[in-house]
Amino acid sequence: MALTDPTTLTVGEPETMREAPKRPQSRGRTILRKVLATKRARIGGGVLLFIILWAFVGPLLYPWSFTDQDGLAFSQPPSPSHWFGTNNIGQDVYVQTLVGLQKSLVIGLIVGPAAAIIAGLVGAIAGYVGGVWDKVIVWVIDLLLVIPGFFLLVLLSPVFKSLSWLALVVFLAIFGWMVLARVIRGQTMSLREREYVKAARFMGVPGFTIVRRHIIPNVASLLIIDATLGIGAAILSETTLSFFGFGVQAPDVSLGTLLAAGASAAVTRPWLFVFPAGILVITVLASSLLGDSLRDAIDPTSGANRD
Amino acid sequence: MIGFIARRLVNYLFLSAIATMLGYVLVSMTLQPAARFLGKNPPVPQSSIDLALDKMGVNPNVPLLERLWDWVVQLVTTGSLGVSTRGTQVTADIIERSGTSLRLLIIGTILGAVIGVALGVWGAVRQYRASDQIITYSSFTILATPVFVIGVVLMILATSLNQAVGTNVINFTGEYTAGLQGGFWTQFGDRIMHLLLPTITLTVGAVASYSRYQRSAMLDVMSADYIRTARSKGRTRGSAIIRHGVRVALIPMSTFFAYSFGLILTGASVTENVFSWHGMGEYLLTSVSNADINAATGTILFTSILVLIAGTLSDVIYAALDPRVRV
Amino acid sequence: MTDPSTAQPILQVQDLSVTFPNAGTPVHAVRGVSYEVRRGEFLGIVGESGSGKSVSSMAVMGLLPTNAQVTGSIRYDGTELLGQSDRELSRIRGRDIAMIFQDPLSALTPVYTIGQQIAEGLRLHDSALSQRAAEARAVELLKIVGIPNAERRAKSFPHEFSGGMRQRAMIAIAIANDPQLIIADEPTTALDVTIQAQILEVLQEAKDITGAAVVLITHDLGVVAGNADRVAVMYAGRIVETAPVVPLFREPLMPYTIGLLRSMPNMAANQQERLVPLEGRPPLLTQVPTGCPFAPRCPIAVAACLDGEPALRPILDGHIDDVSATLQHTAACIRAEEIADGSLRRPEIFPRPDEVPEELVAEVAPETVLDVRDLKRAFPLTKGVVFRRTIGTVRAVDGVSFSVQRGRTLGLVGESGCGKTTTIMEILELAKTQSGSIHVNGVDTATLSKPDRRTLRSDIQVVFQDPMASLDPRMTIEDIIGEPLTVHHVAPAEIRERVAAMLELVGLEPSFAGRYPHEFSGGQRQRIGIARALVVEPKILVLDEPVSALDVSVQAGVINLLEDLKQRLGLSYLFVAHDLAVVRHIADDVAVMYLGRIVEYGPSEEIFANPRHPYTQALLSAVPVPDPEIERSRRRILLDGDLPSPSDERVGCSFRSRCPLFQLLPPEKQAVCEQDDPRERPLDGRLVACHHAESDRLIPA
Repeated sequence: MALTDPTTLTVGEPETMREAPKRPQSRGRTILRKVLATKRARIGGGVLLFIILWAFVGPLLYPWSFTDQDGLAFSQPPSPSHWFGTNNIGQDVYVQTLVGLQKSLVIGLIVGPAAAIIAGLVGAIAGYVGGVWDKVIVWVIDLLLVIPGFFLLVLLSPVFKSLSWLALVVFLAIFGWMVLARVIRGQTMSLREREYVKAARFMGVPGFTIVRRHIIPNVASLLIIDATLGIGAAILSETTLSFFGFGVQAPDVSLGTLLAAGASAAVTRPWLFVFPAGILVITVLASSLLGDSLRDAIDPTSGANRD
Repeated sequence: MIGFIARRLVNYLFLSAIATMLGYVLVSMTLQPAARFLGKNPPVPQSSIDLALDKMGVNPNVPLLERLWDWVVQLVTTGSLGVSTRGTQVTADIIERSGTSLRLLIIGTILGAVIGVALGVWGAVRQYRASDQIITYSSFTILATPVFVIGVVLMILATSLNQAVGTNVINFTGEYTAGLQGGFWTQFGDRIMHLLLPTITLTVGAVASYSRYQRSAMLDVMSADYIRTARSKGRTRGSAIIRHGVRVALIPMSTFFAYSFGLILTGASVTENVFSWHGMGEYLLTSVSNADINAATGTILFTSILVLIAGTLSDVIYAALDPRVRV
Repeated sequence: MTDPSTAQPILQVQDLSVTFPNAGTPVHAVRGVSYEVRRGEFLGIVGESGSGKSVSSMAVMGLLPTNAQVTGSIRYDGTELLGQSDRELSRIRGRDIAMIFQDPLSALTPVYTIGQQIAEGLRLHDSALSQRAAEARAVELLKIVGIPNAERRAKSFPHEFSGGMRQRAMIAIAIANDPQLIIADEPTTALDVTIQAQILEVLQEAKDITGAAVVLITHDLGVVAGNADRVAVMYAGRIVETAPVVPLFREPLMPYTIGLLRSMPNMAANQQERLVPLEGRPPLLTQVPTGCPFAPRCPIAVAACLDGEPALRPILDGHIDDVSATLQHTAACIRAEEIADGSLRRPEIFPRPDEVPEELVAEVAPETVLDVRDLKRAFPLTKGVVFRRTIGTVRAVDGVSFSVQRGRTLGLVGESGCGKTTTIMEILELAKTQSGSIHVNGVDTATLSKPDRRTLRSDIQVVFQDPMASLDPRMTIEDIIGEPLTVHHVAPAEIRERVAAMLELVGLEPSFAGRYPHEFSGGQRQRIGIARALVVEPKILVLDEPVSALDVSVQAGVINLLEDLKQRLGLSYLFVAHDLAVVRHIADDVAVMYLGRIVEYGPSEEIFANPRHPYTQALLSAVPVPDPEIERSRRRILLDGDLPSPSDERVGCSFRSRCPLFQLLPPEKQAVCEQDDPRERPLDGRLVACHHAESDRLIPA
């Protein structure tokens, strides 16, 4: 080591001593620790997890089933035998809510990530390839943003009404990716100018490998954030559509259809409306709290990382 | 600057035109106007069906592009958007209903933006203190609540209030009390009363999203060097943030305004339906239920014109706020 | 003007400490700093990044974030500032104490005009002043700081100003209310060297006009050498040495200062001498040192250095017997007396490293490895959002020719916007050029097929400026250095072997391979970047400002490494830099760029000893030298104004708008400059693109 410049040795030593017991920390782990350190993330994540468990396990531990009608209790307020009360034909609101919640959750959990994946693909292509592709994609995004997604879904509702609720899932994802795709596009464009991406290009690393090795891992965090936030957004879209009869169709139930059924009686029999509505709000709130704290932990430009 | 806005306007016009025409194609493919004549007893003769469909220009036997062409030509030459399934002129329907929608939309947008921006600034300045936390968590909760739930909850609360007081303090069904006797002020007051709950419903959502965005825009500028410069000149922290920070943080809000307009539009149409207003939101929903192609396309056109106006407005605000884009 | 040495102190800082409670691990940014500034005095505070120099002056202004814990005492003109409310301090800020910040673009509010921003400062402290009067005064101030067309320029927005003009505007804001104290925090760091010279001149003028004391905070010892009366050196949150400027540079007493001075490449020193690296890096500010914080890097540290932090104390160095408070030489080193009395000799504390042993030097046959002929690169200047239309072209590179010989270094120098980065990017693309040719190892890049290009890429590699941005934070060091090998499908086992060998070659432990970039210091990261470039055994290394993002003390180590590698491996360097001292040290040949052209090109020694192009002369004279005596005796050739836009149509010599020689020429000679575009022509063993280079003695130097 005749060449050794001392900068390294002396610098290396104290560091090695200080950090020797620890394994080198990857960025992912650092972020995870940072996320878990925030109260909001713990609450959001915890509540979301609990709600998912509750929706699927809750009905199994409850005496009434979704189709049961209690002939002795029509339009009863909450009681020990019917926790959330009953509706006018004696169906138990608690179990109905949980079954509706299942559908809404499944829709949210599929649509959020699906929209994020579409956004990631489209945005990364537009941002990395650039040129004509970029122009066309941006134009299509602008076009899709002219008419609000909700209106488009209403107009398309005759199509998915006749199919199953899975068609609704597909359409929700198709109209939910545009804004995020623009963000991903911007991110990719700035990543493309990073020196390590340039360096890789000048080494002769093929474009596809650069995207896979350098671009995707860096955009992935954004996608995770928006997949999380997208869960809540999708549930909101679904319930609103279903509320007006354009979303989930009978015999399927979702929180939206329950709320539609309960709304007319909301003033006289509030339990029909308030319980599903409350659970809906808590579910969406949990997903947005989790998404927002992920953003704070991952995105260096977000407010929480500044003074 | 004029050039910048003119170019943007041309772009929006182009986008809106394409969007409307694609909308026509989309609606023509999804809605089945012939369906409501089927299964009638006695059966409607095919010739009558064709006659009715031809009158509306929606006969599926005519090639789609030809129908689109006819629709466009009719719109350009006569300004007519065709006939609805109820036999009314769609253009007339829209003119009649747009006032109702615009009233809600304009009041909601302005109130939402003003209150939202103010709360966002306040929250950012008092970051992590109790007031900021309250604003933050309320915003999160409101944003997690669908607009129709807010509307229904407000109706429940208003009903309880009415019952508690014993008279109808707050009326919330429809735009006005039908058959109400009285002079201008009575009518005016009645309309204001009816406007109250829908406006709150629409505004809280707008306030929540604007305040979140403004808060983060403020946090971006609060650590900016020019705030420090302003303070080094002799401004206090608060005064530097207000005079220099808010002014700069408003710039991204102009873009956000264009983006969020779609959400407000959605919120307004949901609100209209919840409170049984006969506006464009209701028109959209009934047009789909009635398989009314002309009415649905008319709504698309109306919406895209609003989006166009909002987009242009946001560009004008942007250019007015940011000297860097003035060319 | 009052004599600073006897005047009353205007600012007294006593035992100032600033701590940031950073999520459980408090950062002790400033720890017990005491200094005073007398009326009319020019104090330089020097330190590397993280030394606490900026934080301590922010504390004086009361501009620290609200969560900062500040203790000690800050007295302005006898009044205690610490503990005063923001409102009370705001009456002093801008009126009595003014501040100039580093980055003049972000320091000005983008949405208000320059005139409004100056007038604002005036009206804040004089409510009787009308808006109109304030604006008139703002125009006057702009004239004072040397902005042409001040009336019109006052109505411009900051983005319409160049960097130098913005900094002039900042100075105008600072002097608006005739302050008693001006704090300038790295005011020239973001600027080019010729602009830096202008700004320092304006700052001196501002000081003379207002009679204010100036505190100049900088990392550049050269900047303080020419301007300051007294200098304080900061290290790890403390002042470690203070002295009047001449003794500080002549007879530094703190080993850190000695090392810092010896590690700097110096325009006035012998080019052949190797630089002296200052080992290690400053301690983390999260830990309160128990001993001398410099001890781990100090070659003369003894066991006693670890017993408590040495206090800053006056040292009698035998030259000045009668020591009044301001002339005192203080140092925080327990062995300062030994240094002062000569029993520890300064050059022996930090000895110069040896040259590479003869037997290791690679045999190099003369051969042109990179040849660039008449390279041009223009970018369309577009306008419009929807319908982009071309409104002109930016000729970033406008006919550049040079070649690099095997085993030699070509320094490509110039200020920002001169086209040097575009030039190397064009070379690195290895693609067909817009105009002109590039030959790498004799191969014309325009004729390359895709696989050939990939093969050729291993012959020419690049090291970037920012050692953090050029390493993917998510990859381990092994993956980063091995990445170029994956292109050539090298087996994983061999990659591991070669990465280990590379780490050793650049002076890093092979055991670091599994770590991530953020665990390394800036200098180490740059070594990793060099290792990545060398792993494919290239013949040419393009070095894009490889040391400009590094602290001075770390630069020397990296420069020495590059020199060693070049000799041992027979590499050729294309070294792009704006720091002329570094280029002078490392380059065999130099090409000076201005507005997309090379204005002077030849052997480094010739050009630095005897520049012939007026631009080269101005550039060289603008570089500050870390020696107060040289710095004060030499005369600068100041250039007028800023770099013109490269989009302007080129008629005649593009340098004439700023040329000091042009102004001195008779009209008939000026006419030549105005009409004929000067081409490179041989003169004095180099190429010069100037019609009148023979008349350059006209410039008073």
